[in-house]
Amino acid sequence: MDIFEFLSPSDELTTVSGPEDHVVLSSRVRLARNVASLPFPGRAKKQSRQDTCDYIKPVVSSASAMRGGFSTGMEDLKAQEKQLLVERHLISREHAAKGGGSAFVLSKDQALSVMINEEDHLRMQALMPGMQIKQVWQKIDRFDTSLEKKLDYGFDADYGYLTACPTNLGTGIRVSAMLHLPGLVLTDQVNQIVQAVTKLGHAVRGLYGEGTEALGHIFQVSNQMTLGESEVDIIERIHKVVLQIIEHETNARSVLQQSNAKELLNHVGRAFGVLANAHIVSSKESMNQLSLIRLGVKLGMLKDVDVSMIDELFLVTQPAHLQHQIGEKLTGEERDLHRADLLRQKLSGIGGVQLPQ
Amino acid sequence: MKCCQSDCENEATVHLTEIVNGEMKKIDLCEECAKEKGVTDPQGFALADLLLGLGASSEMDAAGIEIECPTCGFTQADFKKTGRLGCSTCYTVFAEPLEGMLKQMHKGTQHVGKVPKALRAKMDITRQRDHISEQLQKAIDTENYEEAARLRDQLKELEGSSSMKEGK
Repeated sequence: MDIFEFLSPSDELTTVSGPEDHVVLSSRVRLARNVASLPFPGRAKKQSRQDTCDYIKPVVSSASAMRGGFSTGMEDLKAQEKQLLVERHLISREHAAKGGGSAFVLSKDQALSVMINEEDHLRMQALMPGMQIKQVWQKIDRFDTSLEKKLDYGFDADYGYLTACPTNLGTGIRVSAMLHLPGLVLTDQVNQIVQAVTKLGHAVRGLYGEGTEALGHIFQVSNQMTLGESEVDIIERIHKVVLQIIEHETNARSVLQQSNAKELLNHVGRAFGVLANAHIVSSKESMNQLSLIRLGVKLGMLKDVDVSMIDELFLVTQPAHLQHQIGEKLTGEERDLHRADLLRQKLSGIGGVQLPQ
Repeated sequence: MKCCQSDCENEATVHLTEIVNGEMKKIDLCEECAKEKGVTDPQGFALADLLLGLGASSEMDAAGIEIECPTCGFTQADFKKTGRLGCSTCYTVFAEPLEGMLKQMHKGTQHVGKVPKALRAKMDITRQRDHISEQLQKAIDTENYEEAARLRDQLKELEGSSSMKEGK
């Protein structure tokens, strides 16, 4: 079976929703682990890296949580398949650049995945839709505990889990939530929020952002420090911060609805108008317009449209997903044409945008 | 927009914005430089490493003498280049120059949190042993020989149990 057959279809994937999904797109916890006494992947010679991979891969794929899962060497994946995994947030771009001596293992439900020989010997993550930070931690914690019986982790009484980069030392944990914040962006409050969050020692990231305005109004909040604070405390802090952001975003949306209804209608209506009629759409434009349409759907402005359809469009308009759907390799220009076709087709038959009652 | 690397003339296609400690940093890189810098996953976790790595390398230099890890041959120069360490032993070898850097980067320099189960018992015993040895020394200092004898027996018992466990 190849990875395309194994991965859930995009429409199936996006119908599964999580709590607070009007703001929180997904929750993720990843742990960095290394096997004691073996050189880290960046330092290891080719043969040693291969040996380490051959040693770790069967241990990971035979774990009970990986029953019925998918396991592959990175050399056996085509460029487009790797890109698809990046777009699903299952591997990093760094890992997508890897070949022999690195591997990838994915659980049947696709919530649990492991990169072998990325920057560390093991980078394992649990990823679930919506606000489920505590649940993903429990999931990855259990999985990690099951592996430590079979792998001798590099661990120091003072420094904790030893990682290739000192920024991950200690707990090796990165807790993150992907947040959709169009309300805060439209009401010009996002910078304040971002600053407050970073003051607490967390990182906020966005892609292609002018200022802090992230692509598709999507922001990723994650912990920055990993040493000197327990996993549970780190998770508790991020959890609290995310709850507060949800509250601010929700407030911003009701302010827009109540005092700037026409402006809101204008934003959402224009976004819908563009994507339902354009013939050339870049990935950046599609992300930003879909974001506004998602906001409209969540506020009840587009009748009979389920948010899962919009989330599916977010995914299938990404380059690798698009090429997979079309079934051939496309240039950037060709992608913009096909992306526009797809969007027009999916958005046809939708009545239009109206003010919520 | 041109790539922000000084010796690069390519068009920047990777634009990153990150806020660290209230300070906004913007980086515009071309595909090649981004790959080289390891910042090809802006949605992911690499950028902080890059930014911290820049300040971090000077800490390593401040240590002065050239140190080399006996296990993997890693040197300060390698750290400066990559911002990463070579193996678990490196943390012992470079402990001194790392200390200051870790203090800046993290909440503390003592790990709190999860410990692999196999090491937990061992670490507990080490801690207990240290505690009893301390008390034993106190007892000897205050010429409380009865107490000292009791503590010495406790210590023996502890060592017996730990070696039994290791022998299993």
